[in-house]
Amino acid sequence: MKHSMNSGRIPIAAVALGVMVLIAAACMAPEDKSIVVASTTSTQDSGLFDYLLPIVKRRTGITVKVIAQGSGQALDTGRRGDADVVFVHAKSEELKFVAEGEGLKRYPVMYNDFVLLGPKSDPAGIAGMKDISRALQIIKDKRASFISRGDRSGTHIAELNLWKDSAVDIETDKGPWYKSIGQGMGAALNTASASNAYVLSDRSTWIHFKNPGELRILVEGDRRMFNQYGVILVNPDKHPNVKKVLGQKFIDYLISPAGQEDIANYKIDGQALFHPNANEAASTRELFPSLNLTRAPAPVPPAWN
Amino acid sequence: MSTRAPATDLPIRFSEVAILAGGVTVLDCISITFSAGAPTVLIGPNGSGKTTLLRAAMGLIRPARGRITWDGSEVSPPTRRAIMFQRPVMLRRSAAANIGYALAAAGAPRAERAKRTAGLLSLVGLQALAGRPARQLSGGEQQRLSLARALARDPAVLFLDEPTASLDPAATKAIEDIVRAVSTRGIKVVMATHDLGEAKRLAGEIVLLHRGRIIESGPAHSLFAAPTTDEAKKFIAGELLV
Amino acid sequence: MPENASALHLVLTGDPTLFAIVRLSLIVSLSATFIAALIGVPLGALIALTRFRGREPVIVMLNALMGLPPVVAGLAVYLMLSRSGPLGSWGLLFTPLAMVIAQTVLVTPIIAALARQTIEDLWLEYREEFAAMGVGPLRRVRTLIWDARFSLLTALLAGFGRAAAEVGAIIIVGGNILGFTRTMTTTIALETSKGNLPLAIGLGIVLMFIVMLISTLAWGARRAGERFSG
Repeated sequence: MKHSMNSGRIPIAAVALGVMVLIAAACMAPEDKSIVVASTTSTQDSGLFDYLLPIVKRRTGITVKVIAQGSGQALDTGRRGDADVVFVHAKSEELKFVAEGEGLKRYPVMYNDFVLLGPKSDPAGIAGMKDISRALQIIKDKRASFISRGDRSGTHIAELNLWKDSAVDIETDKGPWYKSIGQGMGAALNTASASNAYVLSDRSTWIHFKNPGELRILVEGDRRMFNQYGVILVNPDKHPNVKKVLGQKFIDYLISPAGQEDIANYKIDGQALFHPNANEAASTRELFPSLNLTRAPAPVPPAWN
Repeated sequence: MSTRAPATDLPIRFSEVAILAGGVTVLDCISITFSAGAPTVLIGPNGSGKTTLLRAAMGLIRPARGRITWDGSEVSPPTRRAIMFQRPVMLRRSAAANIGYALAAAGAPRAERAKRTAGLLSLVGLQALAGRPARQLSGGEQQRLSLARALARDPAVLFLDEPTASLDPAATKAIEDIVRAVSTRGIKVVMATHDLGEAKRLAGEIVLLHRGRIIESGPAHSLFAAPTTDEAKKFIAGELLV
Repeated sequence: MPENASALHLVLTGDPTLFAIVRLSLIVSLSATFIAALIGVPLGALIALTRFRGREPVIVMLNALMGLPPVVAGLAVYLMLSRSGPLGSWGLLFTPLAMVIAQTVLVTPIIAALARQTIEDLWLEYREEFAAMGVGPLRRVRTLIWDARFSLLTALLAGFGRAAAEVGAIIIVGGNILGFTRTMTTTIALETSKGNLPLAIGLGIVLMFIVMLISTLAWGARRAGERFSG
């Protein structure tokens, strides 16, 4: 009988606890001065945002919430109106995005370059080559293991363009040696490291990567491996919920001298991972000014052809 | 419990009742009346339909053919009837809480429950085990608790299905004493047993069932002394009825 | 959170980012389990105790939904909450609340299916005594749920365990945003893909500890059940 009299109390206690937990959850509601930026895994995996976002908050008061996806995915997120700003590195896709009216205007922000990584043993024998197309052709001819992002990211699109430049129709010419993993840059590097395969990566993520194993940079410096990042405000006319004032403020910061300097100051072991180039004229004149961005101290910066 | 006037459920009358289960005829052409007074004891081999007859009289099973009436009505809520099953199921709570639950279900006012629980526990001799989880009681103790639960309903008619089937002689005597006490106080007891000795000890009227039919019925002393039917003779003599 | 610190060091020094991650994980999964219980236990009881056309297929489907892949649940909730989806105007995507919703979708079938099984089993046991004692329908439900409370608690713990361990649903609807929707499991996924294995392993140990704790609680609940009610 003690049961029937007290049995009311335990459910009430449980409900009270539950309500407290829910309130705690609700208290984690988003703040007002925040924007959602859909960006790439390379900007995340390289640690750029971990470094930059607190600075953004200090300078502009905006809390930036970054969703890290492949460039293609990020642009799709923008098309759905689920992000306020997109910040990616797939120029052709970005221009299409603006042309479709999904974005207002594309601003270049910064660049880095792609590098072709591979195992120290270099089964395809392409180390040190200057011509990325030739290197890829050899990889395909020798059926050397190659890891592809396969996720419509900027890196993936760049990789596909490079295959095209090498006169390889990767769709028909691929075989078991070509592994498309559909994941981010970090995951691709992990897979390549673990399976002794070649992989195309942006340099910044590679520098920041902590599990290199036997991977080394084998081909770099080809001008086709230039990698430009752009930022676009999602069109508020198409998606009324877009925080256009805050979003534009964020973009304005990125391309401002202060923002550009902050980007340039993101360094690992004294090496800058991204080069600011919002001032477009500067980028065409002076590509890769100081290419000293290797993991180990490089003897000579690769020649820029 | 107090001495009572004849209850509103009695007499319980079966008229040509047939009950089927899964296509099998469990009770066939049963006509019998349970009236106030001394206990009625159902005897017969296993599978003869004793349990089904008890449940039908309780109101748990509807007849496929024929009628069952309680004091003339075909519909009667079981508020003044109680049943104790052959294998009682204990609720997952203490012995006292089991009785308290039965009291609550029967609508006993909250203020009375503690007192009545204590009374029922001592009636069945379980007062020392009041706080023990009921499922941890022995078979005999669970049977006694089940009897207490049934009595908690303050019934006018009490149905007992093989109440001492798996008990040792001491526990059997305890239950039989309670049954006798209860019957003396005016509660009509209808009981099934396969122990002929127990039937002799407790019965006013005996009903012999075999294969779903009533073979013979009558006062205990005359049925045992001079059974009229062959089956009754064989059964009382201890032979197997198949 | 200093990137190169070992996880043990972070735990011992009470690193605030680490604690924020653990706290978020617990809040999200506890909330989801709580809501799932509010829906799942009555739903399971309803299915256990009523007879209706199509009851068997409903039970089969409920049991099948226990195995709902988290990414599928995440995708479904994402499509609902996206700005271009039906509930887009609520602006819930990429928030902890979206994660709670996704995990609730995942956990409710588990609790409902287990509750249904438990209550139905107990119902079959108690059925005759309920009839004999003249117990009305409302009291039956309350009694069944109360008497089965230890088994139901185990079902809740199973649900919580599932929620705490999954990553597919919350990473899709939450976006794994640093400081907002990053939980233990999503951080492990991220740090592993960045090659930051020591941190990932450390978080994995914390998560395993929580899993062990749940397992112990479930065992304790069963034992308490045996001891207190037989």
